[in-house]
Amino acid sequence: MATRQTRTLARLMMAPAVVLLLVWMIVPLSMTLWYSFENYNLLNPANRSFAGLLNYQFFYTDPAFWQSIANTLILVVGVLLITVIGGILLAILLNQPIFGQGIVRILVISPFFVMPPVAALVWKNMIMHPGYGVAADIARFVGVEPVDWFAQYPLLSIVIIVAWQWLPFATLILLTALQSLDSEQEEAAEMDGANVVQRFWHLTLPHLARAITVVILIQTIFLLAVYAEILVTTNGGPGYASTNLAFLIYRTALLSYDVGGASAGGVIAVILANILALFLMRAVGRNLD
Amino acid sequence: MARTVSTRHKAIATVAAWFIALLIFFPILYTVVTSFKTEPEAIAGISLIPSGTFENYVEVQAQRDYFKPFMNSVIVSLGSTLIALVIAVPAAWSMAFSPTKRTKDILMWMLSTKMLPAVGVLVPIYLIFRDTGLLDTRLGLTVVLTLVNLPIVVWMLYTYFREIPGEILEAARMDGASLMNEIIHVLTPMALPGIASTMLLNIILAWNESFWTIRLTAAQAAPLTAFIASFSSPQGLFWAKLSAASTLAIAPILIMGWFSQRQLVRGLTFGAVK
Repeated sequence: MATRQTRTLARLMMAPAVVLLLVWMIVPLSMTLWYSFENYNLLNPANRSFAGLLNYQFFYTDPAFWQSIANTLILVVGVLLITVIGGILLAILLNQPIFGQGIVRILVISPFFVMPPVAALVWKNMIMHPGYGVAADIARFVGVEPVDWFAQYPLLSIVIIVAWQWLPFATLILLTALQSLDSEQEEAAEMDGANVVQRFWHLTLPHLARAITVVILIQTIFLLAVYAEILVTTNGGPGYASTNLAFLIYRTALLSYDVGGASAGGVIAVILANILALFLMRAVGRNLD
Repeated sequence: MARTVSTRHKAIATVAAWFIALLIFFPILYTVVTSFKTEPEAIAGISLIPSGTFENYVEVQAQRDYFKPFMNSVIVSLGSTLIALVIAVPAAWSMAFSPTKRTKDILMWMLSTKMLPAVGVLVPIYLIFRDTGLLDTRLGLTVVLTLVNLPIVVWMLYTYFREIPGEILEAARMDGASLMNEIIHVLTPMALPGIASTMLLNIILAWNESFWTIRLTAAQAAPLTAFIASFSSPQGLFWAKLSAASTLAIAPILIMGWFSQRQLVRGLTFGAVK
């Protein structure tokens, strides 16, 4: 039974974390909101004035904005498709009895621990480089023209790199979930004459549903914020071909010094993320009880 | 019959799994191999046998002072993790052992701050840091990474603490243990594994964080993420050296990661998948 004293103590123990996160959330966010209604450029900081909705209008009518939204969606959906489908197949494969399972697991999970700038530069220079990359070597070996990945398919190249980073995560989570599948149930289904496809569809997939939801939602949070991979490979280009919303806001803020415009973009990004967050909270919250 | 099928099954699965695993691991393997090549070798085509030079590692240190960003990474990731733990342990503790009606709401709200896109607060944080002299300091970066990862730390600890049976607490209290004794002798030994896992995962996350570390630092406080990103400019087109720098940057975390696979699943799914 909680006495008044222990309840006070509990509150005190919680206070630092709650207060710090509250400040961290409210102060910068309200500043972003405030700036988004201002004409404020760092090149001319003395000349600040109220702008009303001009920044939003400016951001909204900029063709780069719509392209960046489209790129963000392609990046998120593309990577999710590759990692979830690939992750399910790979998890099923790794769940079979195989020799050296431990080592295989370690090899497969590894890309997840590679920091984004390293992942992006390794792929850019050593795999996808049109002159010296491994992909070009292979292309020449089989007698086709090497592809200049980042010039011809900038967004696809980034999707590939990011998918390489996140496939291990999806695989690991789905494999963990698979391992809790009741093998007796599987055997019973097999006895009853259910074939591989039927067993996958009616037994494995429903069992994985929760894990798949979690993978999709958590990856979405991180995929919306892809930044370093773009910075070190295409720098958002050519033109705006591989600029996502996060990168566009960075570009507006720190390359054009447009505080007002970048803040309007930031507010839009926050709203979009919140809509998605709502779904995540529901899913995770249900799993709490 | 069943036995022969399962042997063949195992053989096929083994070959397929190893093939895919090596394919996925190849970019990392190739980076490590290239780091032991000479620069002409590095661009001479696919070869998995380097001439075995350590020159690149020496050069990266001599030309670019590798040790400095490395130490920045160590200090910032360890520092932010420890501070986050100091703040989060009491919070998670009280949520796990004296939950109120609002505990779940608070946890959810904390998680929601994690979903705040960094670009949404980039401008104010940048301006605050510029005006307070925190730009390009390890202190400033440590503070930001602490706050960025605090929700995950609280959550992870909470899921671990919740598994400690409450009856043990009752029993200790019956025996007349004071709160202090209760914490030191009963709970700490049971909580340590969870705290250790949380620490490990958080160090990995902080080490690899690549938005704030790149944007808030320059020459002085740049950790490895920012250091490696600086190789993207044309002057950095030295693949063998880039590989050496990359190998050093990912090796410690890769090894830590291999040991923390299970905790990773748990931590990153907020306990939803175990």
